[in-house]
Amino acid sequence: MRFERREHRPLALVILTPLLAIAAALALSGILIAAAGAPVLEAYWRILVGAYGSRLSATETLTRATPLMLTGLAAAVAFRARVWNIGGEGQFYLGAIAVAAVGSQLLGNAPGYLSIPLLLITGAVAGMILLIIPLWLRLKFSVDEVVTSLLLNFVAVLVVSMLIDGPLKDPLAFGWPQSQAVPDVAMLPKLVFRSRLHWGFGIALILAFVIHFAQSRTVFGLKSRAAGLSPEGAVFAGVPLARTLLLVACVSGGLAGLAGAIEVMGVKGYVTTDLSPGFGYSGIVVAMLAGLHPLGVVLAALFTATMFVGADGMSRALKIPSYIADVTVALSLITMLVAVFFAQYRIRR
Amino acid sequence: MSTVLDIIASAGLWGAVLRIATPLIFGTLGALLCERAGVLNLGIEGIMTFGAMSGWLAVYHGADLWTGLLVAALAGAAFGLLHAALTVTLGLSQHVSGLGVTLFASSLSYYLFRLIVPLAGSPPTIVPFAPVSLPGLAGLPFIGPVLSAQTPPTYLALLLALLLAYVMFRTPLGLAIRMTGENPHAAEAQGVNPMAVRYGAVIVGSALMAMGGAFLTLSAFNSFFPTMVQGRGWICIALVVFASWRPGRALFGALLFAFFDAFQLRLQTAVDGVPYQVFLMTPYILSIVALCVMARRARVPQALMQPYRRGER
Repeated sequence: MRFERREHRPLALVILTPLLAIAAALALSGILIAAAGAPVLEAYWRILVGAYGSRLSATETLTRATPLMLTGLAAAVAFRARVWNIGGEGQFYLGAIAVAAVGSQLLGNAPGYLSIPLLLITGAVAGMILLIIPLWLRLKFSVDEVVTSLLLNFVAVLVVSMLIDGPLKDPLAFGWPQSQAVPDVAMLPKLVFRSRLHWGFGIALILAFVIHFAQSRTVFGLKSRAAGLSPEGAVFAGVPLARTLLLVACVSGGLAGLAGAIEVMGVKGYVTTDLSPGFGYSGIVVAMLAGLHPLGVVLAALFTATMFVGADGMSRALKIPSYIADVTVALSLITMLVAVFFAQYRIRR
Repeated sequence: MSTVLDIIASAGLWGAVLRIATPLIFGTLGALLCERAGVLNLGIEGIMTFGAMSGWLAVYHGADLWTGLLVAALAGAAFGLLHAALTVTLGLSQHVSGLGVTLFASSLSYYLFRLIVPLAGSPPTIVPFAPVSLPGLAGLPFIGPVLSAQTPPTYLALLLALLLAYVMFRTPLGLAIRMTGENPHAAEAQGVNPMAVRYGAVIVGSALMAMGGAFLTLSAFNSFFPTMVQGRGWICIALVVFASWRPGRALFGALLFAFFDAFQLRLQTAVDGVPYQVFLMTPYILSIVALCVMARRARVPQALMQPYRRGER
């Protein structure tokens, strides 16, 4: 048995690929649900109802999708240029804590039109810095950035833990390690009245379109894709490799840092060490599910958020651990990889 | 200064070094075996988690401890098979497949654990491996107390390091593995089946990783909880580079790393005024520093991360 590259890929195949992958992932986790003795179809129905059944749950799903869109974009931009940024989780936390620090210590009661943009930039810069370190190590010492960016996740969470246990600790939190809050004027306005959905969702959506435009229509997009497809070829064609990768790292780290900033300014107002249920890691899955396409990231983030929000209610009703959502999302990453492969290759005997 | 010397001179420290090193030795040897054959296995973090969970669960349900270790190894082998199917047969990106395996294995561990062991106030426990003292060595000064604090899997890890070093550099099998990792086309020309070698290396390597995870629940602790692997898998990946893909150096690297870890744990209680998080950070920062120091000098297997397709270049 061997594989042969398809010369022509019909449009139907391209559209069907992600759908088939998700169907396969749902079928496989269906086995796990059935093994737990629960009705599979009812479980999926409850997930759907749990995620979109009411105004509250629908806005909650979109709120949950917001950081996933941003960390997904962060991974997609980086992976396109073969910058293996696995440090989204750390960048998320560093962005979050930078916002909490600047917001609570420096800004005082500056008006929102000043403090909100300033804080968003602060978060993005913090994320950038954390990704520039592994990229610099790669360029300087040829160290694989996968491992270094991963290890920095643990460092970043410990830095956050240190700060919210020390200088940034909220004295009114009854001894809980929790950062001081961002002033109310610096919180993002709500997008939907009486829900948690905030303008961060809009920002993430706009950024997805901006990045799509940048990747498909600008020199930056061309250079970053060239750097990913073949570094040697890119250098030969006159692409300044180090500078391009640095720019990619700034965009990617910035997006992940922004995700943390927006989560603080939109939802919580303060930082704890459980601010993120793995948004950085899920972002990698979101990017892969989207085939690294910025607009696909929006859909993939919605799918992932649907699973996570919907699984909460489903697990309570059917007595199934809500980890089934994590399993399904991880499985869909694997099935997606396989599906994309078979969309590109055919089997030859 | 004298506190530092006291810590270093204590048998307790060196006992802890071996204990902390054991899961790292298993994991690093496993990752090393995969990479020597040309496959980066980033599934390690999840495979260790699944090993920790499945080994513990088997013992919790009445199996004896060695059976638990075996169950973990078999489960690890299964995930190795998955990773090999994705990266060897299909030739997919080893980075992405590995991350996929990690996410799948760890979430599946949490799901199965929660499904079988309902949430309770205090986590259920098992009776872990007891320390054994080797006859003849227990009486020795200093070495005696250090060794008699160790459980059988630690000795197994040390033996495996020697065994892997022997197989890798003294047997035809080891030569085939190394050839496959350096140049699979040349290996095939010599009558070696690179696909089979890669499958074998990834499956056995993953089994070793899972045994490292199982050590955590069957010897170091007596219960399972999510996130207990705590990045040990990623540290193993860094240690392989530090070891320049040599089993002996991997053993040394794991022990050195464990020494710093055990040392910082004791320093935490001895030094006041420094936040404990600073100490907890050191293992990760140390790994990054070690990578930077060694990456240039290390001899990377030339075909690492390159899929092999027969008749294609």
